[in-house]
Order: sequence, then structure tokens, then C-alpha cells
Amino acid sequence: MKSSRDSYVSTTNACKLCKPMGACLAFRGIEGAVPFLHGSQGCATYMRRYIISHFREPMDIASSSLGEKHAVYGGEANLILGLKNVLSKFSPRLIGVATTCLTETIGDDVPMILRKFHRESRIEHAGPDLPLLVSVSTPSYSGTHMEGFHAAIKAVTDQVCIALPGSAAQDRINLLPGFLSPADIRYLKEILVDFGIHAVVLPDISETLDGPALEDYEKIPSGGTPIQDIRSMGKACGTIQFGRTLGYEDTAGSRLHERFNVPLHALGMPVGLRETDRFFSLLEDISGLPTPRKHALERGRLIDAFVDAHKYLFGKRAVIYGEEDLVVGLTSFLAETGIRPVICASGGRSGRFREAVEQVTRDILAESPMVCDGVDFHEIAGEAEKLAPDLLVGHSKGYHLSSRWKIPLVRVGFPIHDRFGGQRTLHVGYRGTQSLLDGIVNAFIGSKQEDSPVGYGYM
Amino acid sequence: MALSVKERPDSEPERIDLNDVRQEILDRYPTKVARKRAKQIVINRAGGGAEVPEIEANTRTIPGIITQRGCTYAGCKGVILGPTRDIVNITHGPVGCGFYSWLTRRNQTRASTPEDENYMTYCFSTDMQEEDIVFGGEKKLRAAVLEAYEIFRPKAISIFSTCPVGLIGDDVHTVAREMKEHLGINIFAFSCEGYKGVSQSAGHHIANNGIFTHVVGLDDTRKEGKYSINLLGEYNIGGDAFEIERILHRCGITVVSTFSGNSTYTQFSNAHTADLNTIMCHRSINYVAEMMETRYGIPWIKINFIGAGATAKTLRKIARYFEDPELADRVEEIIESEMPDVEKVRDEVRARCEGKSAMLFVGGSRAHHYQELFREIGMITVSAGYEFAHRDDYEGRNILPDIRVDADSRNIEELHVEPDPERYRPRKNPEELERLAREGFRFKDYDGMMSDMPARTLIIDDISQYETERLIEIFKPAIFCAAIKEKYAIQKKGIPMKQLHSYDSGGPYAGFRGAVNFYREIDRMVNTKIWSAIKAPWQKSPELSAGYAWNA
Repeated sequence: MKSSRDSYVSTTNACKLCKPMGACLAFRGIEGAVPFLHGSQGCATYMRRYIISHFREPMDIASSSLGEKHAVYGGEANLILGLKNVLSKFSPRLIGVATTCLTETIGDDVPMILRKFHRESRIEHAGPDLPLLVSVSTPSYSGTHMEGFHAAIKAVTDQVCIALPGSAAQDRINLLPGFLSPADIRYLKEILVDFGIHAVVLPDISETLDGPALEDYEKIPSGGTPIQDIRSMGKACGTIQFGRTLGYEDTAGSRLHERFNVPLHALGMPVGLRETDRFFSLLEDISGLPTPRKHALERGRLIDAFVDAHKYLFGKRAVIYGEEDLVVGLTSFLAETGIRPVICASGGRSGRFREAVEQVTRDILAESPMVCDGVDFHEIAGEAEKLAPDLLVGHSKGYHLSSRWKIPLVRVGFPIHDRFGGQRTLHVGYRGTQSLLDGIVNAFIGSKQEDSPVGYGYM
Repeated sequence: MALSVKERPDSEPERIDLNDVRQEILDRYPTKVARKRAKQIVINRAGGGAEVPEIEANTRTIPGIITQRGCTYAGCKGVILGPTRDIVNITHGPVGCGFYSWLTRRNQTRASTPEDENYMTYCFSTDMQEEDIVFGGEKKLRAAVLEAYEIFRPKAISIFSTCPVGLIGDDVHTVAREMKEHLGINIFAFSCEGYKGVSQSAGHHIANNGIFTHVVGLDDTRKEGKYSINLLGEYNIGGDAFEIERILHRCGITVVSTFSGNSTYTQFSNAHTADLNTIMCHRSINYVAEMMETRYGIPWIKINFIGAGATAKTLRKIARYFEDPELADRVEEIIESEMPDVEKVRDEVRARCEGKSAMLFVGGSRAHHYQELFREIGMITVSAGYEFAHRDDYEGRNILPDIRVDADSRNIEELHVEPDPERYRPRKNPEELERLAREGFRFKDYDGMMSDMPARTLIIDDISQYETERLIEIFKPAIFCAAIKEKYAIQKKGIPMKQLHSYDSGGPYAGFRGAVNFYREIDRMVNTKIWSAIKAPWQKSPELSAGYAWNA
């Protein structure tokens, strides 16, 4: 496998974002939660502007605004003052405190500071109003935004879920979807409802990062996973966790299994036909019901569209990049359409990327795509140029390659800063796959039409 | 609590008692916070006279308050050095900082040929990992510099430090010096760790110092042209610099360098050959102008190309400096030829915007400059403030001796500059300077935002999100100007929000054609019908806003 360790020391045009940003995104999907970064205020500002311009929604991230003095003497006082101000302004139900490279380097003991704050605040306020404080260690020099995202989810389940009396609820599951779009989460919830399954979806950014225009502005947007639901995740009869590169150990799902004996069903991100089929089969098993007609029809239409699209897609060579699990899902899907994924690339380095890509392509591709982990766009370009790709699939940061090579870029995932509606991009399930398929086919037809001197209006 | 439900037409902002507003905002804060904020929320010229109040600025943001401000790194790498196309900028640190400053400000550049270097679309980082934090990152930095050199062969490489670099003690300056000797190209570093200073403003100062020390003065080639100027503090967001360059070119004025919109390394290195420094954004760039005056004898003046009237005034001021009737005539000719198009749109838009109110909370000069454009279409700025400016940007440079230097400011080096033994050349002799001054020409002049604003307006430094919400509820402005971070929270409250950092994908807004773009944009925003579909709380149930409380 190609890895950045084999070539450049420096990173040119990174294909990953930083760890605390992922944690902030995850915290945003919890009801009444405010993400809080312990570090320099620039981190919160930079991440906010990045998240906000993708989702086109408000995104508050509080900061302890450490200065040079605090970098030397420690950030405890600022963290406590910051928490107090967030408390009085937002009345949050949960504050998710993520560290940054600054506070990790100086070694602030955030869990200890939070315990102290909680103890002292209890004395001051004496009431049930204190929010939950969840801390997660997210040094940006270790892992990508996805490691930060999953670390935050694990921290939430570790620190919020409690043992409750009684046996597991048979109609209840936990769904840990990973980092999907608000539209994806809305659709997943719809599927679960259609199966009659009561699910705790953690995190749930379906409303918090894609809210309606309101008459009365909410300081913390409605929606998000209810804290009461998170508390009782140990009572579920199963946990579904998306992401083949996550592994079975030390994830939120595996911890729920260890602590509460909740069975873990680890699936790939359900993009494309086969990964979605696996998801629906599992839902059939859990619910004891057949796939509702609505979804069976969507599957049928998708197959129909695969047939219709084949002439446009067969043999086209695609470069797929972005977060490891999303790339695995997309690769699985593209291989199904007749497209040849030639490079699967990610800035992440979970160690499971290659294996995951092989799992989803070995039955369907004669030749495995080149898998590159821990790479940047400079390295992706270096490899891709030799392979003459026809298509790029990934987020906005691949635009310069698309423009240099004059091939279409189909935008998926995060960040999308040069197109409209990134928050409403559907990726998963039969419906999401259908929407991606339409987009990809149209990208090819569009570029063929542009390049044609004939002037076809009938392609 | 009656003030928030008062009926108030847009045209009569004075009917709201600003003292009540101010007090109400402060009352919601805990005592200590209120004490600090009281000095940063002031009523401009409360008595109606010329004297402006003192305001606290450039002090630390209170933790946990959602601030607009960024960090020192953002000011240094993102703002000042970001828009230069042919320097390879390497961020030394973990991956986030470099990624978030990857052309997000929408600076534009125009290389003269397709072969010309342009690294602005790139993002270079050492992407520090845990082992670099533990064992030091200098080795990796050296390798990164070498790689950048081998791949691109650039004229210059600069290095930007992020938080952990300063903490672990990587000596970026020594690495830069050694690599410079080794590779034979100019390599320099900035200690712009995010935690330094109170905002991005500290980063501007560090960038100014670095460019002045390592680049300005390296190339004595004189550009052709009778009237040569530097354009300082212009960042070519949305193509502003292109419009300014167009106008100056028509006037026959040569732009030697721009700091730093549409700029190059070569421009910086012969900036000292210009005969006048003109400053757009006083906050971010006055340092380099001051230093160039001391070392090379180039005077500086404050100018403004935001607003058609301001543009005309600026052109006349530059012509006046050069004291050449030919230039003065040319400038008048250009103004006369440009204005009819501007006036046509201005009058048309003014008819629909007259009397509406605006609020501007952004930047270190933009909140001031853009008031000019609003004035031109008859809109009134009822409240404004800066994100990272200092007291002089509010109160004028005459208060400079009174500014208290605190620990945060002391962290930023003040360079000691002396006249260059060979290159110091006073552009005007003392008699000329004295005569010009007598005739009313002002050098090093910036009177700040407040003297230029109507009396009895509310000025807020480093506005917090809570204050923003409250202001909107009370004043119901026709438009609010800030940055992307504030945009959607404000629009969810039913108020159009214009981004004045990255222009909402629009621009240019500078110069004559820019003014036309801005008039049309504001017209579009304040007169669109969609806002009537989002009923704001006070429109339906006024008690909602009255019931709002800090401790709710």
C-alpha cells in the first residue's frame, strides 16, 4: 500500500482535517450540547468558519481563549471561567470539552479540572441544573478529524451511559452512524421508523446542522440525540456501528458491548447496493419484519438505474478520496456500477483501510484499486497522473486536480465549499446511492456534451 | 424592558435610548465581566460635540464568550502573507491550522503569465505528529523546506509557527537561517503562535516585522513612472486590488507594491523605491509604513478606496502629494469619467435604501470604511465596532501616546529602526513638508472611526454573540455586516447579513466599479421579500424579546 511514509516528509494540500474539529461536530449532534475547545481561541474560530461555510448554519464553539501566560502557567482558570460563561449564556444540557494541541502539549488535566468544577459548582448552585461535562482528548498532532469524531462519541458513551435496572429493550437499538450529512441522518431515521425500530442515533446532526428558518432564534438549535436516550444506551438489544476501518476494539460500540453486553453489529458505511443490502438485512433480523415496500421499491429502482447508467459508466476510471470509511463505501458502490476505482486515498491512517477496500471489492473487481493512506493531494496527484483517471469523487479540496486534468469532480462528504447544499447531500442507503449515481452519470454526460463540437442536446 | 418593543421606524434610530440599551446589555453579565465590557461598549459623542469617548480595545477576550476573533497565526499567515502568490508558505504545526487558512479569505491574484509561480492554491504543512511534539519538530521542518525547494524552486520560503511549536521550543529562526545559507534562496520564519497576543492583530504586527526585516530593501530596481506609490493594507478580497490598480493605472500612478493583495515577493523587496506609502487598513499595516519612513524616508498617508466619494478623495490626495498639475488634471478627468456610471446606479438604489439602518462589526478598518458606501445610498450606521482593532482605530492616532502597553502587547516585538545609510532618501524636504502641512495636507493621519460616525451611536469593541443578538432585537437593523461565523445566526433572526471579510462570494467592492457592485448587493439584500416570510419574534409576540434574560 502507498503511504506518505514512503515519500514526502511534508504535507502539501492535506486530505484530512484536525482532530478537535471532528469532536466539535460530534458534540453538535447531542441535544442541548455546546462544544467547547480548551486552547487558543483561534482554533474555535477557524473550525467554526469551516463548519459554518459547509453547512450554512450557525455553529457555536466556545473557547477558553488561552494566552501566552496560560500556556506557561496552565489553563485551568480560563477553562473554569469559560465554562461558567457558557453555563449562564446557553443553559446547556451538556458541554463537550475537547482539548487542542496547545493544552495537550502543556499537559492540562482536563478531566480533573472538570471534576473540580463540577464539585464546586454543585456547592454554589445546589440544583439539578448543572449540565453534563464530557471531556475528550483530541491533540491535533495525533489522528485526523475522524479520530476526533469517534473519540468524542466514545467519550460521550463512556461518560454518559449508565447501568439501569431491568432487561434489554427488544425494540431498541443504538445506531452509531459516524460522520454523515444531516440529510443522511434524517433518511436513516426514516428507515428505522419504517422498520418499527426505536433507535438512539448518536450523534444526530439532522436538525442541529440543517435547521429551518425560525421565528424565534434558538441559542442551541433543537434536535440532537436526547441525553436521556444516551444514558440508557446500555439497554438496547444491539448497536449498529458504521465504518469498516473503525475495527471492533475500543470504539463506542465495543465499549457498550463490554460494559452492558449490548451486541455490536459492525457494518460498512451503507453506500452502494451490497453495503446497503447488508444494513437492510440486519434491520430485517432485528425487527423480524421484511423490508417495507417503500424501500424495496427504492432498491428496485436503483438496480434499474444501474442498468440504465452502465453505458455511461463502464470502464471509467475513478479516484476516490476523503475519510477512510466514506471512501470504502464509495469504492464499493462505484465498483458495482462498472466504474473502475483506480485509487482510493485518505489522509487518515487507521491501518484498516486497505483491508476494508479489499473486502468490498474482491468479489467484484478483477484488479484491486491502489490504496493510499496517510496521503495528501500532492501524493494523490502523483499517483493518479500515471493512471489517467476520468472522474474524481470526494470533497471540494480536489477541485484543483479536477481543473488541472479537466475531468469532473463529484462532490461528496465534507468540506463542500464550492457548491450549494453540502448539508443535504445524500450518500447512504438505496436513496443516497441513487442520488450519487444520478450525479455521477450527469457529470459524465455534462462533460461529454461540453467537449463535443456537434452541439448535441440529445445525449 | 420596554425598549425592545418600542415602535421605531428605520429612519429614527435616536428614539432608542442608548444608555438604556447599554445598561441592559451590561446588567445581564456577571459583575466582573460587566466591568470589563462597560469599557468596551460606549456611546459615541454622547453630548453631540466633536470629542469622542475613550474605548477599551485590543484586550483579551473573555473565555466562553463566543468571539469573532481569530489568532495570531491567522493574522500573520492567513491575512498578511496569504495573498502573496510566489512565496511558499509552510505552516509548521499539526495539520489543522494550515488547512483552515488554505485560501479561505478569497484573496485573488493575477499572475502575469501562465508560467508565473502561484502557490496560493497550495497548503503546505509539516503536519506534526506526536513524535515531533516529543522529540522536536526542527528536523521535519528542515526536510519540509528542502522538499518545497526541490519541488518548486521558489524565490522564497516562509515558515509560520503554530501553538505547539513555541511550547516545545523549536527554533524556527535558526532553521530558516541555516536553510537559507544552504539553499541560497530567501527563507524566513515567523513566531506567530496562536496563543500570542489577544487576536489576529498581533499576527499582523509580527508579519509586518518579518517582511520588513527579511524582504523590504533587497531589490533597488526602480519601476518606471513619475508617481510611484505602495498600496498598504489592501488584500484583494474578491478582486478589490484589481479595481484599484485599474483606476490608478488610468491616472498614471505606478503601484510599486501592494501589501499584500495581488502581491509578489519582488514587489515587497523593492517597495522601498516608492515615493509614497498609502494605507488602506491602518490596523494591519501601519507598522511597516512607519518603519519604511524611518529607514527609507517614504512618508505615509491614510487613504480609502471603499466608497466612490472616498475613492475620488483618495485620488485627489495622492495627486496633491505629488504637487504636479498634470497629475491633478488627470485625476479630475478620471473621476469625471468614472462617476456618471456610479451616480446612475447610486441614485436608483438610494431611492430604495434611503433611511434604512446598518450595523457593522468586523475587522480592523472595514467596519469604518464600509460606512462610506452605506452613506452614499442614504443608509445610516447606527452601531459599529471592530473585531481586532486598537484604540487609535476608534479614537484617532492623536491618542497613541495615551495607550497603555499591557503584557500582551509587550509580547510582540517593536523593531528598532534607523535610517538606511545608503537608501535613506527623504521624499520631501522639511520645508516642503511644513508647507504642505500649512496648506492642510495631513501625513500619518487617521482620525479613527468614531469622529466619522454620527453622534449618539453605539460603539462596541470585540462584540460577543449575546450582544449581537440583543442589538438585533432592539434595533432591528435593515442589514448587519460581519463575517461568515456570524452570518447564519443573524439570518436565522430574520436580518440580512453581509460578509465583509470574504464578501459572500461577491466583490470587488473597492473603487468606482466596486461601489456599483456594493450598492446593487445591498439593494438586493435589504429589499428582498423573503425576509417577510421569516417572522422575527418581535413582529408577532413582542413579549418574547422582552422576556429574554442573560440567565434564562
